[in-house]
Amino acid sequence: MSDPIGYRREQPDRQPPYLHPAYGSTVKRAPSRAPVRIVATLSEVTGPSFSKDGWNGPDAADLIHHHEAEPQGQRIILAGRVLDEDGRPVPSTLLELWQCNSAGRYHHEGDQHDAPLDPNFHGGGHVVTGADGGYRFLTIKPGAYPWRNQHNAWRPAHIHFSVFGPAFATRLITQMYFPGDPLLPLDPIFNATADEEARHRLISTYDHSLSEPEYALGYRFDIVLRGRNATPMES
Amino acid sequence: MAKLFPTASQTIGPFFHHGLDRPGWEDLTTEGPLGQTILLEGRIVDGDGQPLGDALIEIWQANAAGRYAHPEDKQAKPLDPRFRGFGRVKTAKDGTYRFTTIKPGAVPGRGNAMQAPHINMTIFARGLLRHLVTRVYFADESANGTDPVLNSIENAAARRTLVAQANGGTPPSYRFDIVLQGKGETVFFDV
Ligand SMILES: [Fe+3]
Repeated sequence: MSDPIGYRREQPDRQPPYLHPAYGSTVKRAPSRAPVRIVATLSEVTGPSFSKDGWNGPDAADLIHHHEAEPQGQRIILAGRVLDEDGRPVPSTLLELWQCNSAGRYHHEGDQHDAPLDPNFHGGGHVVTGADGGYRFLTIKPGAYPWRNQHNAWRPAHIHFSVFGPAFATRLITQMYFPGDPLLPLDPIFNATADEEARHRLISTYDHSLSEPEYALGYRFDIVLRGRNATPMES
Repeated sequence: MAKLFPTASQTIGPFFHHGLDRPGWEDLTTEGPLGQTILLEGRIVDGDGQPLGDALIEIWQANAAGRYAHPEDKQAKPLDPRFRGFGRVKTAKDGTYRFTTIKPGAVPGRGNAMQAPHINMTIFARGLLRHLVTRVYFADESANGTDPVLNSIENAAARRTLVAQANGGTPPSYRFDIVLQGKGETVFFDV
Protein backbone atom coordinates (compact mmCIF):
# COMPACT_ATOMS: atom_id res chain seq x y z
CA MET A 1 0.00 0.00 0.00
CA SER A 2 1.24 3.50 -0.77
CA ASP A 3 1.65 5.91 2.12
CA PRO A 4 -1.44 7.93 3.01
CA ILE A 5 -1.56 11.64 2.26
CA GLY A 6 -1.81 13.61 5.47
CA TYR A 7 -3.70 16.74 6.45
CA ARG A 8 -2.18 20.21 6.26
CA ARG A 9 -0.42 21.47 9.35
CA GLU A 10 -2.06 24.34 11.20
CA GLN A 11 -0.52 27.80 11.30
CA PRO A 12 0.26 28.48 14.97
CA ASP A 13 -1.18 31.99 15.17
CA ARG A 14 -4.49 30.81 13.72
CA GLN A 15 -5.07 28.37 16.57
CA PRO A 16 -4.99 29.11 20.30
CA PRO A 17 -1.96 27.92 22.30
CA TYR A 18 -2.23 25.31 25.05
CA LEU A 19 -0.80 27.70 27.66
CA HIS A 20 -2.66 31.00 27.80
CA PRO A 21 -2.31 32.40 31.33
CA ALA A 22 -5.14 34.93 30.85
CA TYR A 23 -7.38 31.83 30.81
CA GLY A 24 -6.51 30.47 34.24
CA SER A 25 -7.52 26.84 33.68
CA THR A 26 -4.78 26.45 31.06
CA VAL A 27 -2.00 27.01 33.60
CA LYS A 28 -2.12 23.54 35.19
CA ARG A 29 -3.60 21.71 32.22
CA ALA A 30 -1.32 22.75 29.34
CA PRO A 31 1.40 20.17 28.61
CA SER A 32 4.90 21.57 29.14
CA ARG A 33 6.26 19.92 26.00
CA ALA A 34 5.16 20.60 22.44
CA PRO A 35 3.25 17.71 20.88
CA VAL A 36 5.39 15.28 18.86
CA ARG A 37 4.66 15.42 15.15
CA ILE A 38 3.43 12.20 13.52
CA VAL A 39 3.73 11.80 9.77
CA ALA A 40 0.32 10.51 8.69
CA THR A 41 -0.42 6.78 8.83
CA LEU A 42 -3.75 5.02 8.37
CA SER A 43 -4.44 5.79 12.04
CA GLU A 44 -4.60 9.54 11.41
CA VAL A 45 -6.30 9.66 7.99
CA THR A 46 -9.18 7.39 8.98
CA GLY A 47 -11.94 8.25 11.45
CA PRO A 48 -15.48 7.38 12.51
CA SER A 49 -18.26 7.50 9.92
CA PHE A 50 -21.75 8.85 10.46
CA SER A 51 -24.84 8.71 8.30
CA LYS A 52 -28.48 9.71 8.42
CA ASP A 53 -29.64 6.33 9.75
CA GLY A 54 -26.53 5.80 11.84
CA TRP A 55 -25.85 4.84 15.41
CA ASN A 56 -25.78 8.49 16.46
CA GLY A 57 -29.59 8.42 16.21
CA PRO A 58 -31.93 10.65 14.21
CA ASP A 59 -31.06 14.31 13.76
CA ALA A 60 -31.94 16.56 16.70
CA ALA A 61 -31.91 19.93 14.95
CA ASP A 62 -34.81 21.49 16.83
CA LEU A 63 -33.86 22.51 20.38
CA ILE A 64 -37.11 24.28 21.22
CA HIS A 65 -39.95 21.80 20.73
CA HIS A 66 -38.98 19.03 23.17
CA HIS A 67 -41.04 20.11 26.14
CA GLU A 68 -44.55 21.16 27.09
CA ALA A 69 -43.88 24.76 26.22
CA GLU A 70 -41.26 26.62 24.23
CA PRO A 71 -38.21 27.94 26.07
CA GLN A 72 -37.85 31.60 26.96
CA GLY A 73 -35.68 33.66 24.66
CA GLN A 74 -35.14 34.94 21.15
CA ARG A 75 -35.73 32.18 18.58
CA ILE A 76 -32.88 31.85 16.10
CA ILE A 77 -32.24 29.79 13.00
CA LEU A 78 -28.61 28.79 12.87
CA ALA A 79 -27.33 27.51 9.55
CA GLY A 80 -24.09 27.07 7.68
CA ARG A 81 -21.79 24.62 5.97
CA VAL A 82 -18.86 22.47 6.98
CA LEU A 83 -16.07 22.92 4.40
CA ASP A 84 -12.44 21.97 4.02
CA GLU A 85 -9.60 24.41 3.32
CA ASP A 86 -10.15 24.08 -0.42
CA GLY A 87 -13.78 25.11 0.00
CA ARG A 88 -15.10 21.61 -0.65
CA PRO A 89 -18.15 20.55 1.36
CA VAL A 90 -17.72 17.97 4.12
CA PRO A 91 -20.88 15.83 3.82
CA SER A 92 -22.28 13.15 6.15
CA THR A 93 -20.32 14.22 9.18
CA LEU A 94 -21.65 14.51 12.71
CA LEU A 95 -22.13 18.04 14.05
CA GLU A 96 -23.12 18.36 17.71
CA LEU A 97 -23.84 21.55 19.63
CA TRP A 98 -24.68 22.69 23.14
CA GLN A 99 -25.43 25.99 24.82
CA CYS A 100 -26.83 27.67 27.90
CA ASN A 101 -30.35 29.11 28.10
CA SER A 102 -31.36 32.68 27.36
CA ALA A 103 -30.61 33.72 30.95
CA GLY A 104 -27.05 32.43 30.74
CA ARG A 105 -27.39 29.15 32.63
CA TYR A 106 -26.57 25.62 31.50
CA HIS A 107 -28.94 22.79 32.32
CA HIS A 108 -26.11 21.13 34.23
CA GLU A 109 -25.64 20.27 37.89
CA GLY A 110 -22.22 21.93 37.90
CA ASP A 111 -23.55 25.30 36.78
CA GLN A 112 -24.28 27.27 39.96
CA HIS A 113 -24.85 30.66 38.30
CA ASP A 114 -27.73 32.39 40.06
CA ALA A 115 -29.86 32.77 36.94
CA PRO A 116 -33.12 30.92 36.29
CA LEU A 117 -33.11 27.44 34.83
CA ASP A 118 -35.61 27.00 32.03
CA PRO A 119 -37.46 23.68 32.34
CA ASN A 120 -38.20 23.87 28.63
CA PHE A 121 -34.62 24.11 27.47
CA HIS A 122 -31.84 21.54 27.79
CA GLY A 123 -29.60 23.02 25.11
CA GLY A 124 -28.19 20.05 23.17
CA GLY A 125 -28.61 19.00 19.54
CA HIS A 126 -26.91 17.19 16.67
CA VAL A 127 -27.24 16.70 12.92
CA VAL A 128 -25.40 14.90 10.16
CA THR A 129 -24.35 17.33 7.42
CA GLY A 130 -26.00 17.11 4.01
CA ALA A 131 -24.37 16.50 0.62
CA ASP A 132 -23.41 20.20 0.45
CA GLY A 133 -21.92 20.11 3.96
CA GLY A 134 -24.92 22.10 5.16
CA TYR A 135 -26.65 22.10 8.52
CA ARG A 136 -29.51 23.97 10.16
CA PHE A 137 -30.65 24.25 13.78
CA LEU A 138 -33.62 25.95 15.43
CA THR A 139 -32.78 27.20 18.91
CA ILE A 140 -32.77 30.31 21.10
CA LYS A 141 -30.06 32.88 21.54
CA PRO A 142 -27.96 31.98 24.59
CA GLY A 143 -27.25 34.55 27.29
CA ALA A 144 -23.88 35.73 28.57
CA TYR A 145 -22.78 34.12 31.82
CA PRO A 146 -20.26 34.92 34.55
CA TRP A 147 -17.25 32.76 35.29
CA ARG A 148 -14.57 33.07 37.91
CA ASN A 149 -11.57 33.47 35.64
CA GLN A 150 -10.91 37.10 36.56
CA HIS A 151 -12.76 39.91 38.33
CA ASN A 152 -16.15 40.55 36.76
CA ALA A 153 -15.54 37.93 34.07
CA TRP A 154 -18.42 37.23 31.65
CA ARG A 155 -18.37 34.88 28.70
CA PRO A 156 -19.80 36.47 25.56
CA ALA A 157 -22.90 34.67 24.27
CA HIS A 158 -21.72 31.54 22.45
CA ILE A 159 -22.75 28.14 21.16
CA HIS A 160 -20.34 25.20 21.41
CA PHE A 161 -19.84 23.11 18.24
CA SER A 162 -18.26 19.68 17.81
CA VAL A 163 -17.52 18.25 14.36
CA PHE A 164 -15.60 15.19 13.13
CA GLY A 165 -14.81 15.55 9.43
CA PRO A 166 -13.40 12.65 7.43
CA ALA A 167 -10.46 11.66 9.63
CA PHE A 168 -9.08 11.39 13.16
CA ALA A 169 -6.88 14.36 12.21
CA THR A 170 -9.81 16.65 11.34
CA ARG A 171 -11.60 16.50 14.72
CA LEU A 172 -12.61 19.97 15.95
CA ILE A 173 -14.44 21.49 18.89
CA THR A 174 -15.04 25.24 18.73
CA GLN A 175 -17.40 28.01 19.83
CA MET A 176 -19.56 30.32 17.74
CA TYR A 177 -20.11 33.91 18.86
CA PHE A 178 -22.61 36.64 17.90
CA PRO A 179 -21.81 39.83 15.98
CA GLY A 180 -21.51 43.06 17.94
CA ASP A 181 -21.13 41.41 21.35
CA PRO A 182 -19.42 43.98 23.64
CA LEU A 183 -17.91 41.15 25.72
CA LEU A 184 -15.78 39.78 22.87
CA PRO A 185 -12.79 42.14 23.36
CA LEU A 186 -12.76 41.20 27.07
CA ASP A 187 -12.91 37.41 26.70
CA PRO A 188 -9.64 35.49 27.26
CA ILE A 189 -10.91 32.39 25.47
CA PHE A 190 -11.96 34.24 22.31
CA ASN A 191 -8.76 36.32 22.39
CA ALA A 192 -6.42 33.34 22.88
CA THR A 193 -6.14 33.04 19.10
CA ALA A 194 -3.53 35.58 17.98
CA ASP A 195 -4.62 36.06 14.38
CA GLU A 196 -7.42 38.61 14.13
CA GLU A 197 -8.99 37.10 11.02
CA ALA A 198 -9.00 33.64 12.63
CA ARG A 199 -10.75 35.10 15.66
CA HIS A 200 -13.33 36.88 13.60
CA ARG A 201 -14.18 33.67 11.75
CA LEU A 202 -15.63 32.48 15.07
CA ILE A 203 -18.29 35.20 14.93
CA SER A 204 -21.49 34.28 13.12
CA THR A 205 -23.09 36.74 10.72
CA TYR A 206 -26.66 37.94 10.87
CA ASP A 207 -28.34 36.75 7.65
CA HIS A 208 -31.63 38.42 6.92
CA SER A 209 -32.45 35.93 4.16
CA LEU A 210 -32.35 33.19 6.81
CA SER A 211 -34.70 35.04 9.17
CA GLU A 212 -38.35 34.00 9.05
CA PRO A 213 -41.07 36.67 9.23
CA GLU A 214 -42.94 36.78 12.54
CA TYR A 215 -40.83 33.89 13.82
CA ALA A 216 -37.04 33.84 14.14
CA LEU A 217 -33.76 35.62 13.33
CA GLY A 218 -31.17 33.94 11.11
CA TYR A 219 -27.46 33.56 11.84
CA ARG A 220 -24.92 31.93 9.55
CA PHE A 221 -21.79 30.13 10.70
CA ASP A 222 -19.47 28.13 8.44
CA ILE A 223 -16.87 25.76 9.86
CA VAL A 224 -13.63 24.99 8.00
CA LEU A 225 -11.74 21.75 8.67
CA ARG A 226 -8.16 20.94 7.74
CA GLY A 227 -7.61 20.16 4.07
CA ARG A 228 -5.50 17.47 2.47
CA ASN A 229 -1.89 17.91 1.47
CA ALA A 230 -1.29 17.93 -2.27
CA THR A 231 1.40 15.22 -2.15
CA PRO A 232 2.54 12.60 0.37
CA MET A 233 5.85 14.42 0.82
CA GLU A 234 4.14 17.37 2.47
CA SER A 235 2.94 15.16 5.30
CA MET B 1 -3.64 26.40 -2.93
CA ALA B 2 -5.93 26.62 0.03
CA LYS B 3 -8.66 29.24 -0.21
CA LEU B 4 -9.64 29.01 3.43
CA PHE B 5 -7.99 28.06 6.68
CA PRO B 6 -9.26 25.91 9.52
CA THR B 7 -11.63 27.30 12.11
CA ALA B 8 -9.88 27.97 15.41
CA SER B 9 -10.39 25.44 18.17
CA GLN B 10 -12.00 26.52 21.45
CA THR B 11 -12.31 24.72 24.76
CA ILE B 12 -15.09 22.20 25.30
CA GLY B 13 -15.77 23.92 28.65
CA PRO B 14 -17.17 22.15 31.71
CA PHE B 15 -20.83 21.90 30.62
CA PHE B 16 -20.78 19.80 27.44
CA HIS B 17 -22.97 16.96 28.66
CA HIS B 18 -26.23 17.85 26.93
CA GLY B 19 -24.38 18.03 23.64
CA LEU B 20 -21.85 15.23 23.85
CA ASP B 21 -22.67 12.76 26.62
CA ARG B 22 -24.04 9.71 24.79
CA PRO B 23 -24.68 6.91 27.26
CA GLY B 24 -23.44 3.63 25.81
CA TRP B 25 -20.71 5.10 23.62
CA GLU B 26 -18.07 3.96 26.11
CA ASP B 27 -18.79 0.34 25.14
CA LEU B 28 -17.56 -0.58 21.64
CA THR B 29 -18.56 -4.24 22.02
CA THR B 30 -22.36 -4.00 22.18
CA GLU B 31 -22.80 -5.48 18.70
CA GLY B 32 -20.54 -8.45 19.46
CA PRO B 33 -17.39 -7.76 17.43
CA LEU B 34 -14.67 -10.32 16.72
CA GLY B 35 -11.60 -10.24 18.91
CA GLN B 36 -10.68 -10.17 22.55
CA THR B 37 -12.82 -7.95 24.76
CA ILE B 38 -10.74 -5.71 27.02
CA LEU B 39 -11.24 -2.86 29.43
CA LEU B 40 -9.25 0.30 28.83
CA GLU B 41 -9.26 2.37 31.97
CA GLY B 42 -7.31 4.95 33.87
CA ARG B 43 -7.27 8.36 35.44
CA ILE B 44 -6.42 11.79 34.11
CA VAL B 45 -4.66 14.41 36.23
CA ASP B 46 -3.30 17.94 35.83
CA GLY B 47 0.09 19.45 36.70
CA ASP B 48 -0.75 19.39 40.42
CA GLY B 49 -1.88 15.77 40.31
CA GLN B 50 -5.49 16.90 40.66
CA PRO B 51 -8.01 14.70 38.83
CA LEU B 52 -9.90 16.08 35.85
CA GLY B 53 -13.52 15.42 36.69
CA ASP B 54 -14.75 17.31 33.64
CA ALA B 55 -12.86 15.80 30.70
CA LEU B 56 -14.17 13.94 27.65
CA ILE B 57 -12.12 11.16 26.08
CA GLU B 58 -12.63 9.66 22.62
CA ILE B 59 -10.96 6.63 21.05
CA TRP B 60 -10.60 5.46 17.45
CA GLN B 61 -9.15 2.08 16.60
CA ALA B 62 -8.81 -0.72 14.09
CA ASN B 63 -10.77 -3.98 14.37
CA ALA B 64 -9.30 -7.27 15.61
CA ALA B 65 -7.86 -7.99 12.15
CA GLY B 66 -6.11 -4.63 12.04
CA ARG B 67 -8.39 -2.75 9.65
CA TYR B 68 -10.12 0.60 10.20
CA ALA B 69 -13.82 0.91 9.32
CA HIS B 70 -13.11 3.73 6.87
CA PRO B 71 -13.03 3.90 3.06
CA GLU B 72 -9.35 4.92 2.98
CA ASP B 73 -8.26 1.70 4.65
CA LYS B 74 -8.09 -0.57 1.59
CA GLN B 75 -6.07 -3.39 3.18
CA ALA B 76 -6.95 -6.94 2.14
CA LYS B 77 -8.25 -7.76 5.62
CA PRO B 78 -11.84 -8.36 6.69
CA LEU B 79 -14.04 -5.53 7.89
CA ASP B 80 -16.12 -6.41 10.95
CA PRO B 81 -19.68 -5.14 10.48
CA ARG B 82 -20.12 -5.45 14.25
CA PHE B 83 -17.30 -3.04 15.04
CA ARG B 84 -17.33 0.72 14.40
CA GLY B 85 -14.06 1.53 16.13
CA PHE B 86 -15.18 4.72 17.86
CA GLY B 87 -15.90 5.36 21.53
CA ARG B 88 -16.49 8.31 23.84
CA VAL B 89 -16.70 8.65 27.61
CA LYS B 90 -16.72 11.47 30.13
CA THR B 91 -14.48 11.22 33.17
CA ALA B 92 -15.99 10.65 36.62
CA LYS B 93 -15.51 13.23 39.38
CA ASP B 94 -12.35 11.41 40.50
CA GLY B 95 -10.84 11.74 37.01
CA THR B 96 -11.29 8.08 36.08
CA TYR B 97 -12.62 6.70 32.82
CA ARG B 98 -13.31 3.25 31.40
CA PHE B 99 -13.95 1.91 27.91
CA THR B 100 -15.02 -1.61 27.01
CA THR B 101 -13.56 -2.47 23.61
CA ILE B 102 -11.53 -5.13 21.80
CA LYS B 103 -7.82 -5.35 21.34
CA PRO B 104 -7.03 -3.93 17.91
CA GLY B 105 -4.93 -5.77 15.33
CA ALA B 106 -1.78 -4.25 13.88
CA VAL B 107 -2.00 -1.73 11.02
CA PRO B 108 0.81 -0.67 8.69
CA GLY B 109 2.69 2.58 9.12
CA ARG B 110 4.80 4.56 6.66
CA GLY B 111 6.63 2.57 4.01
CA ASN B 112 4.67 -0.54 5.06
CA ALA B 113 6.63 -0.79 8.31
CA MET B 114 4.25 -2.50 10.72
CA GLN B 115 2.91 -0.54 13.66
CA ALA B 116 2.24 -2.24 16.97
CA PRO B 117 -1.44 -2.53 17.94
CA HIS B 118 -2.60 0.79 19.34
CA ILE B 119 -5.67 2.89 20.07
CA ASN B 120 -5.81 6.55 19.03
CA MET B 121 -7.06 8.80 21.82
CA THR B 122 -8.37 12.37 21.95
CA ILE B 123 -8.75 14.37 25.18
CA PHE B 124 -10.98 17.41 25.61
CA ALA B 125 -11.42 19.48 28.78
CA ARG B 126 -11.97 22.88 30.28
CA GLY B 127 -8.59 24.60 30.12
CA LEU B 128 -7.62 22.84 26.89
CA LEU B 129 -8.13 25.41 24.14
CA ARG B 130 -7.23 22.63 21.70
CA HIS B 131 -7.74 18.94 22.23
CA LEU B 132 -4.83 16.63 22.98
CA VAL B 133 -4.01 13.51 20.97
CA THR B 134 -2.15 10.47 22.22
CA ARG B 135 -1.77 6.76 21.45
CA VAL B 136 -2.39 3.78 23.72
CA TYR B 137 -0.03 0.83 23.19
CA PHE B 138 -0.23 -2.46 25.10
CA ALA B 139 2.53 -3.66 27.44
CA ASP B 140 2.16 -7.30 26.36
CA GLU B 141 2.80 -6.69 22.64
CA SER B 142 6.28 -7.64 21.44
CA ALA B 143 5.73 -5.48 18.34
CA ASN B 144 6.18 -2.40 20.54
CA GLY B 145 9.92 -2.90 20.12
CA THR B 146 9.74 -2.00 16.44
CA ASP B 147 6.82 0.44 16.30
CA PRO B 148 8.04 3.54 14.39
CA VAL B 149 5.95 6.10 16.28
CA LEU B 150 6.59 4.66 19.74
CA ASN B 151 10.31 4.39 19.09
CA SER B 152 10.52 7.92 17.75
CA ILE B 153 10.23 8.91 21.44
CA GLU B 154 13.85 8.62 22.54
CA ASN B 155 13.37 9.15 26.27
CA ALA B 156 12.44 5.74 27.76
CA ALA B 157 10.35 7.21 30.60
CA ALA B 158 8.39 9.37 28.17
CA ARG B 159 7.91 6.38 25.86
CA ARG B 160 6.46 4.37 28.74
CA THR B 161 3.66 6.93 29.18
CA LEU B 162 2.21 5.57 25.92
CA VAL B 163 2.05 1.95 27.10
CA ALA B 164 -1.02 0.64 28.94
CA GLN B 165 -0.19 -1.86 31.67
CA ALA B 166 -1.92 -5.26 31.64
CA ASN B 167 -3.75 -5.81 34.93
CA GLY B 168 -5.41 -9.16 34.25
CA GLY B 169 -9.04 -9.74 35.21
CA THR B 170 -12.01 -10.86 33.16
CA PRO B 171 -12.19 -9.28 30.67
CA PRO B 172 -8.53 -8.30 30.86
CA SER B 173 -7.98 -4.73 31.97
CA TYR B 174 -5.36 -2.35 30.62
CA ARG B 175 -4.52 0.70 32.68
CA PHE B 176 -3.66 3.93 30.88
CA ASP B 177 -3.25 6.99 33.10
CA ILE B 178 -2.88 10.43 31.56
CA VAL B 179 -0.77 13.23 33.07
CA LEU B 180 -1.35 16.55 31.34
CA GLN B 181 1.69 18.34 32.74
CA GLY B 182 4.89 17.91 34.75
CA LYS B 183 6.38 14.75 36.26
CA GLY B 184 5.32 11.75 34.20
CA GLU B 185 3.75 13.98 31.55
CA THR B 186 2.09 11.89 28.86
CA VAL B 187 3.52 12.19 25.35
CA PHE B 188 1.02 13.97 23.10
CA PHE B 189 1.07 14.04 19.33
CA ASP B 190 0.55 16.59 16.59
CA VAL B 191 -1.27 14.60 13.93
FE1 LIG C 1 -20.04 27.76 27.37
